[in-house]
Amino acid sequence: MAKKIALLQGNEACAHGALYAGCNFFGGYPITPSTEVAEVMSGELPKVGGKFIQMEDEIGAMASIIGASLAGSKALTATSGPGVSLKQELIGYACIAEVPCVIINVMRGGPSTGMPTGPGQSDVMQARWGTHGDHAAIALCPSSCQEIFSETVRAFNLAEKYRMPVQVLFDEIVGHMRERIVFPEPGELEVIDRTAPSVPPEQYKPFDTSFGDVPPLAAFGSDYRFHVTGLNKAEDGFPTTKAELVDAEERRQIRKVEGAEARADIELNEEYMTEDAEVVIFAYGSTARSARYAVNELREQGIKAGLFRPITLWPFPEKRVAELGEQVKAMVVAEMNLGQMVFEVERIVKNTCKLGLVTRVDGDPLTPTQIIDQVKEVL
Amino acid sequence: MAERYELRFSGAGGQGLITAGIILAEAASIIEGRHAVQSQSYGPEARGGASKSEVIIGEAPIDYPKATIVDACLAMTQEAADKYAVGIKKGGVLLVDSDFVKNPPQGDYKIYSLPIMRTAKVDVGREIVANVIALGAMIALTDVVKRESGEQAVLAKVPEAFKDLNKKAYSLGFDKMKEVLAG
Repeated sequence: MAKKIALLQGNEACAHGALYAGCNFFGGYPITPSTEVAEVMSGELPKVGGKFIQMEDEIGAMASIIGASLAGSKALTATSGPGVSLKQELIGYACIAEVPCVIINVMRGGPSTGMPTGPGQSDVMQARWGTHGDHAAIALCPSSCQEIFSETVRAFNLAEKYRMPVQVLFDEIVGHMRERIVFPEPGELEVIDRTAPSVPPEQYKPFDTSFGDVPPLAAFGSDYRFHVTGLNKAEDGFPTTKAELVDAEERRQIRKVEGAEARADIELNEEYMTEDAEVVIFAYGSTARSARYAVNELREQGIKAGLFRPITLWPFPEKRVAELGEQVKAMVVAEMNLGQMVFEVERIVKNTCKLGLVTRVDGDPLTPTQIIDQVKEVL
Repeated sequence: MAERYELRFSGAGGQGLITAGIILAEAASIIEGRHAVQSQSYGPEARGGASKSEVIIGEAPIDYPKATIVDACLAMTQEAADKYAVGIKKGGVLLVDSDFVKNPPQGDYKIYSLPIMRTAKVDVGREIVANVIALGAMIALTDVVKRESGEQAVLAKVPEAFKDLNKKAYSLGFDKMKEVLAG
């Protein structure tokens, strides 16, 4: 049978990706430019026996997905930067309590209300550091409607596998534009469910690290009884202030994402014409589309340009960026903010190649011409 | 540069031009299996008098999703023409509704006019199909998709009860434009 194809908005593709991944709970609060995600989920979830709830506010929405996930659901919320600001306390809670959940941030400008209907990429550091305390972060940044579908699936997989919140960042441009989506058949994309306990309820400890850095998670309210807290905790889930336990827990929660094996599993990049490149444009999300156009144009003009597009923004692809820094004369970071990821790139390549930056924050996308001009200036 | 063809549909909010853009993108990408990206005016821009929808069509995946130099533009109202009939390529085309756009912006492109809204009202009897007439005319003017692909996409979009009405509207727009082109 022919595959189902449709012309969908990025936001609609996101909702369908979530459903493909087995999402059965959405808790949200409408916010431009993400609302279509909620709109589709509200129509589709009841059809598959899932639950949709519009909460009283962004904070309640975040609380609802933490609760739903602990009870065994695959839980999603969708918002924009101002919503993530409000959710930050509970994002930290989901980090320390190790609760899988997916947060969609369809980025607009900021700070505060900013320009609700304009695109932006100024939440990329919020995705990394937007809650207090040391914590690991996973953030994915698709740049097409099809990729929004597949990256939303991957976000659920990573959330469930690493037992933590995962953010998917795209922006108003990709969120609202329409492209053809080819719906994958069931089984075509990998769908990962969280590891259930293999021990009987009376032996269950929610943070038993003898099972590895990501201990199995039982469904709250089932036969498995356990304690959930935002305090540092011991293996049994109850609070502890024992130095060695706190230290081990804090370090494990970073290691489970930033360890070499986990990084290899989580990191995903796309490279275009980088093999012989003398200058590489570092761009993500919708900006990478302009950058790809710029690369073609520059190649026609005889400049050996390439594109490095991180699809996983966090953890940052340090290793590959370092290799490219050794290879090229210059890197140019293009982003719809006043310079955020550029500091990560600079941290890695400051001793190996020249670095340029082109930014835009007026509500219009960075154009290929702006990127081309910056590339020429840096060279 | 990679082959890309850029179209802009503009008019008053509520005239169905965003839908026309979506149908064209469906004709190109779903029916003909090529690549298309559709975007539209949004937010405060969309709440004013004029609204627009852009479609980029290509044989390869479309990178930059917004218009760079417009190959073909439609303007249904004077306000839309003044606001959006800009950035048209040298040698490109502008189609205006002859009853509503009295002063089409001049440039290094060809200007065509058709009484789109009047055709909807008089020949079809329903103003609501003006966007489908305009779509038929734009396809006839640009040959950006096959006539049949456009029709198939229109019919896939409308409820059963309105299929004949829309089929008639699409054909009228297409044929009237071809007549104009034939001189």
